[in-house]
Amino acid sequence: MRKGTKLALLLGLIPFLVLVGALPLVNRLYPVILGLPFLLFWILLWIALTPLILFGAYKVEQRFNRTDKERS
Amino acid sequence: MTLALVIILGFIVGASILGVVAGRRVKMDLENWTVGGRRFGVVIIWLLMAGEIYTTFTFLGASGWAYSKGAPTFYIMIYGTLAYALSFFILPPLWRVGKKYGLHTQPDFFIHRYQSRTLGVMVALVGVFSIIPYLQLQLTGLGLIVEVASQGAIKSQWAIFFSFLLTSVFVYTSGIRGTAWVSILKDIMMLAAVGIVGFGVPAIYFGGFGRMFHALLEQHPQHLVFPGSTTHMGVGWVMSTVLLTGLGFYMWPHVFGSVFSAKSDRVIKRNAIIMPLYQLPILLVIAVGLTAFLVLPDLKNGDLAFLALVAKTYPAWFLGFVGAAGAVTAMVPASVLVLFASTLLSKNIYQSIIKPTASEEAVMRLSRVLLMVITGLALIFAIFFPNELVNLLILGYDGVCQFFPGVVFGLFWPRVRKGAVLGGLAAGLGVVIFLIGSGHDPYLGMNAGFVGLVVNLLVTVIAGGLSKQEK
Repeated sequence: MRKGTKLALLLGLIPFLVLVGALPLVNRLYPVILGLPFLLFWILLWIALTPLILFGAYKVEQRFNRTDKERS
Repeated sequence: MTLALVIILGFIVGASILGVVAGRRVKMDLENWTVGGRRFGVVIIWLLMAGEIYTTFTFLGASGWAYSKGAPTFYIMIYGTLAYALSFFILPPLWRVGKKYGLHTQPDFFIHRYQSRTLGVMVALVGVFSIIPYLQLQLTGLGLIVEVASQGAIKSQWAIFFSFLLTSVFVYTSGIRGTAWVSILKDIMMLAAVGIVGFGVPAIYFGGFGRMFHALLEQHPQHLVFPGSTTHMGVGWVMSTVLLTGLGFYMWPHVFGSVFSAKSDRVIKRNAIIMPLYQLPILLVIAVGLTAFLVLPDLKNGDLAFLALVAKTYPAWFLGFVGAAGAVTAMVPASVLVLFASTLLSKNIYQSIIKPTASEEAVMRLSRVLLMVITGLALIFAIFFPNELVNLLILGYDGVCQFFPGVVFGLFWPRVRKGAVLGGLAAGLGVVIFLIGSGHDPYLGMNAGFVGLVVNLLVTVIAGGLSKQEK
């Protein structure tokens, strides 16, 4: 597997870790942040961050996979 | 005729005209009808996908669940996000295979990759059986919305008959292009309705979002953490359900097929990046349900929470507009569901096993005939037996997600052959039917479809690994 793909996959794993794996830990009301109960705040935060994470994966793929191609 | 009535009928007719116009000046062959000639750019793909995904279930269901169940409704926001993250990796290679071999449908992919008509037919049958109840749900939802929003002036049956007939007219003339164009109108209406009501009602009744949540925290704190106001939708249920629905999301035949209509694999990849943003408006829908929970605690039908609160708060014409948005929101997914159901039957059942020599033109003609047949049958079911099929919908999701191993291994693990996929699919479906049929859903706190998917994955991986020696 190329380096860019590997890094992108690691980034792609983040939403699954925080929005599935971490749920038992964040199933709570407090602290209330921005007026939202903690569970809802957590979910919204990571939904909003996912496009950034995926954009990062896009950039990482472009950067590392292209240099791979140029080298070989 | 009241203003609300004019607004509802006007938008339904207007959307259909837009759909018909979309197909003008395009020669309708199978390629244009099912995948829009593979010419859609980022914006149209985004709107099309959003159009298919944000259905009446999102509208009525997310607010209804927020009202009657509480926190478990958050799962709707999560699973879409997971699906988009996954799609970033899976859909671009899928698109490339589709482009290279001219694939139109999901069974096409299975037939091509595994060189197996049996597998293609099986996927097509499971697909059609999953689509029908989904379509049913859209129509029932549409009828309900229009009847309530017109304050009884348009009966549910007439709303369904009228809207769905017009929907199939634009599918007949324009195919997926019609769906894409109507999606644009639908998205604008939906965002306007959800934005105005979602920001409006918490502000009107409580003076803002934060205060509404504050009131909830004081009066009903348990409503805002899993399992909310239910007994069985705890963290385990949420985790297994978001995984199942997140993985199964793009396995719906109509969503899967729409991938092929993109212009390039880059379009698909960029789309995956921006799609999660579309999950955020669902928060507004949920906020409406939660506000209704505080303001209108005694509703008989939780699914009507959104409309009931709009009726209580806003003038009748605005309720009419919300009803129109709801109706168009049902027409878009209904159009693409009926489009793909007819293509699956004509291309992957008729052409694959009954008459392999049928020309592409003949398949196209048959698709259009089947479109009319399915429209007729769906109308009869929706009007005369509205509640018979809703339970099948659960089975539909549990069914289509069993395609996941076949698709992913098909793309990334050359060693997996048709035997492994057939075995896994049969095992997964068997487990699901057995668990649901014997009343064991959820099983050990987990969604039955998820249990089936785990069995399916295991069988496929083991069989795929063993097949190494054959090579």
